[in-house]
Amino acid sequence: MSSITGSDPKSTADVAVAVEDVTKIYPGGVEALNNMTLEFPKGELTSLLGPSGCGKTTLLKIIAGLLPATSGKVTVNGTPVTGPGKERAFVFQDFALMPWASIIRNVAFGLELQGVAKSERMAIAEKQIADVGLKGFEDHFPHQLSGGMRQRVGLARALAVDAEVLLMDEPFSAVDEQTRRKFQEELLGVVENQKKTFIFVTHSIEEAVYVSQSIALLLPRPSRVSEIIRPDIRRDISPDAIRRDPVYLDTVERIWQGLRTYVE
Amino acid sequence: MASFFRHPLTLRIISVSIVFGAWEWAGRIPISPAFPTFLETMSALFGMLADGSMAKVYPATFQPLFIGLVISSILGVACGIFMGLNEKAEWFGAPIFIVLQSAPLAALIPLLTFAYGIGLTSKILTVCIMAMPVIVLNAFTAVRHTPKSLIEMGESYLGSRRQVILKIILPSASPVIYAGLRLGAAMGFIGAVLAELLITPTGIGDLITYNQSIAEYDKMYAAIFSIMVFAVLFIEILEYSEYKLFRPDKRVN
Amino acid sequence: MKIFGIKLPMMTSLIIWAIVWEIIGRFELSILLPPLSHILVRMVEIIPTMTFLKAFWITAKCFLAGTAIAIAAGIPIGILMGRSTLADRMLLPWVNMFLSAPLTALVPILMTLFGFGVKTIILTTVLFAIWIIVLDARAGVMNITPSLSEMAQSFGANRWQSFSKIYVWAAMPEILAGIRLGCIRSVKGVIIGQLLVSIVGFGRLFEIYSSNFLMEHMWALLLVLFFFAFLIAEGLGMLERKFEYYAASRNQ
Repeated sequence: MSSITGSDPKSTADVAVAVEDVTKIYPGGVEALNNMTLEFPKGELTSLLGPSGCGKTTLLKIIAGLLPATSGKVTVNGTPVTGPGKERAFVFQDFALMPWASIIRNVAFGLELQGVAKSERMAIAEKQIADVGLKGFEDHFPHQLSGGMRQRVGLARALAVDAEVLLMDEPFSAVDEQTRRKFQEELLGVVENQKKTFIFVTHSIEEAVYVSQSIALLLPRPSRVSEIIRPDIRRDISPDAIRRDPVYLDTVERIWQGLRTYVE
Repeated sequence: MASFFRHPLTLRIISVSIVFGAWEWAGRIPISPAFPTFLETMSALFGMLADGSMAKVYPATFQPLFIGLVISSILGVACGIFMGLNEKAEWFGAPIFIVLQSAPLAALIPLLTFAYGIGLTSKILTVCIMAMPVIVLNAFTAVRHTPKSLIEMGESYLGSRRQVILKIILPSASPVIYAGLRLGAAMGFIGAVLAELLITPTGIGDLITYNQSIAEYDKMYAAIFSIMVFAVLFIEILEYSEYKLFRPDKRVN
Repeated sequence: MKIFGIKLPMMTSLIIWAIVWEIIGRFELSILLPPLSHILVRMVEIIPTMTFLKAFWITAKCFLAGTAIAIAAGIPIGILMGRSTLADRMLLPWVNMFLSAPLTALVPILMTLFGFGVKTIILTTVLFAIWIIVLDARAGVMNITPSLSEMAQSFGANRWQSFSKIYVWAAMPEILAGIRLGCIRSVKGVIIGQLLVSIVGFGRLFEIYSSNFLMEHMWALLLVLFFFAFLIAEGLGMLERKFEYYAASRNQ
């Protein structure tokens, strides 16, 4: 097991998203982020892990361009963030599916907003639907799908726009435990197949250690990065075996000991 | 056998029979010389349908009703949506409609008659003042309560404000807006009847008040029965089309 | 909405509307709207008069009597419908029908049967208010999770204790909502009743004013009525909010 704290000098070509000195104060005076500085390596899955109140969802939404930072700078591939952009796609915790639209229309929605022609975007959507394992459900409606299936639709939608950076806001927290485990396993496969950068917000230590190549531990009040951990787990063993791997278990325990004083 | 008696349709038929049977019985006692039996009322109803006296008067009732409902729907939904999308519009408009919602708007009818006479204008305005508040408030609430995460989703996928309004906010608000139209239609009917009884009876009000004055109570009750049935049917049709247009999980009570 | 950075409370736009009204009235831009200031003067004039107070008293009596009857009859019927599928299936179509039907059409019937007096007005009020009270009481009872009643039974409660200690309180948020909506309808009912009967109460006052072309007096009367309707609605809304705190957590 190795852990790297602080900044590790990387060339800028290896950094997908750079957060510099970002502060966020909500109207009313609540300080969510305080001079946060962090880098997200290209092509890897980095988790933002921490107890509630540490600002991880806020940071994710600032990177997505959905919230403006009070001060500081966020750059994606060197370009500063001023709002949402084609190179970033968001996966929502509560799925954010349009209940009145069919599955295929939901998946194609990002492309629809960008003005892609109908036949083209439907074809892309069909492929993505098949890739997430929902082939045959194109003309169904969200209310006919289970929670797990709905989140697959959300993921398919994000993949359909072929963004370089995928931002996932606790994507598995609204499904049941068994489905969640399955998703974590599948996520490992998606990360390997797609050459994208993933930024993954979670409050589950096991989940973070399981899926991430790099974990940024965030602490609250004031919100800050306390540590960056790179779990050194062998990925070529079976998914179930990973959960019994001593390195996995030790990393989880270590993080828990570091965080327990911050849990309410 | 027991399940036959518990079947919804059977119970409905039984319940309707009980009510009409009680009506018939009450008329035969009689509880009042002015109270016709169910059968007397029904025969008067068919009589009036057959000799065309009902067909003659209904257009005069329907004219202000439908014109008023169309105006209220278009104007009301537009106002409500505008108030939902624009904070300044909300600040200006919402307090008025909130006050109007609980107010006995029927009290305005004498004023309308005073200002605009006893013609079609007053009647149309009556229907409008009764129907508009609920239509506006439903449309406003529906737009305001669009789930925030859906709007965020639209913005995150680069939707412009116009795209978000047309593709997310309006579809999301449609079921509640439609329910508002249904409620507005019910209020509109009340307005139309009030207009007949308070302003001037040119339509169904004529049949009611004329027959009341010559003590032909069976015809009077028949006229009242017909307008009630008509209103209920109209609103049932609206509700059915609501069910068809919007998926079952989106139906609003 | 902000002006110079200060957040303005919701109802302040009414002040702007009042000013607009005043301007319309002064410039006589519409026959319908005399200046608001004149109307307010009339309001102060007529409120202390005997005729107004008598009309108000009749209205208040009819409103309270009608609403009381509607509540006393409506809540038990609603609870019965909520508890018994048989009663529900028999009665629900009627309740739904009367909820949206133009009940005003029934008032002439009431007038021929009960005369041109207070009785008719009270009955009109009951007719207007009762259906929503029934429906909401029914909804409140249907919202009660079985586990609450099972809990009561397991501790040995008899039927009356279950009803008074559990059901009534568990259904209270909906029952209060029904009463609030019922009261709003009662106000409409008592006014419509008086307008149609027109020889008592406010109906009579409106008749007098309109036949004497006293537009400002009519508006003054109207605003007083609107004000009281609003007070009742808001007062009941506050009461309802007091029970709201447990409304969401009842079924957990």
